[in-house]
Amino acid sequence: MSNGKNESLQAIKERRDTALKALIGRVPYLDFMGISFDRRGDELTAVMRFDDKLIGNPTLPALHGGATASFLETAALIELAWARAWEAMEQGVQDPEEMAIRLPKTIDITVDYLRSGLPRDCYARARVNRSGRRYASVHVEAWQDNRSRLFAQATGHFLMPSKDG
Amino acid sequence: MTTTKEKIARQFTAALPFCSALGMRIDETGPGMAALSMPYDAKLVGNPDTGVVHGGAVSALLDSCAGTAVFLHPDGVMPTATIDLRVDYMRAAKPGERIHARAAVYHTTRTVAFVRASAWDDDADHPVATATGTFTFAQAQNEEVKP
Repeated sequence: MSNGKNESLQAIKERRDTALKALIGRVPYLDFMGISFDRRGDELTAVMRFDDKLIGNPTLPALHGGATASFLETAALIELAWARAWEAMEQGVQDPEEMAIRLPKTIDITVDYLRSGLPRDCYARARVNRSGRRYASVHVEAWQDNRSRLFAQATGHFLMPSKDG
Repeated sequence: MTTTKEKIARQFTAALPFCSALGMRIDETGPGMAALSMPYDAKLVGNPDTGVVHGGAVSALLDSCAGTAVFLHPDGVMPTATIDLRVDYMRAAKPGERIHARAAVYHTTRTVAFVRASAWDDDADHPVATATGTFTFAQAQNEEVKP
């Protein structure tokens, strides 16, 4: 196997998609919440499909704050782990196991609720502002119909998994 | 004695789709306070290697608990929305254990309620997570709360 110029576009895509799947495919809570990830190169967009069970206020109706918080925290965690995995892949690591698919741990997260979440799909992108050996700081923005009208944002701090457990 | 508001809160919270999807139940209510809990469930697992519940599910419990406490504040009128919620995760919740949360409103203005909450599993002395939040608040004009 080579990671050089001879690798076909298809093979590169497959390798990256497999790595992403290895990261998110095993987390039961993502399934339960209907959260998936779109990938364009190294950029991830988290998607939470609308479902009636995500409603917190049936009279409005609006998404439950806890559903929104779960979505933002997930987007931050996966982005952080993905950034690591991407770096490893670029350095030629092929084995998903070796890319350390262990997720970071949340230390704290602060969610700002900017407007009520409407009963429709949600999107989020996370930006790693600082990723050290042990600690990382990540900002997340979430929107629904309009990218410029955020309905929630969050900043969280995370503990990176250590290599030896 | 259970007030009208407490009765409403018990029915209302149970009727919220996301709360019932997570199996939440109200254990205790009082003026400006609430205790909720949620059973362990395999579908809430965030770390498949350890079986630990996802932090987002704990956040959801804390948010619901804090929101219910705001609703139960004697000076407030109907529904509230979270303005911001900060959750600190102290340790992983033990797999298989029910998660409990308790929240209390510690200050209100005419427009904002300030709340503290914490969550624990079988060891109430060592919280799994604590939270502080601000919620929208509409002060009642000295009249009975009409649901």
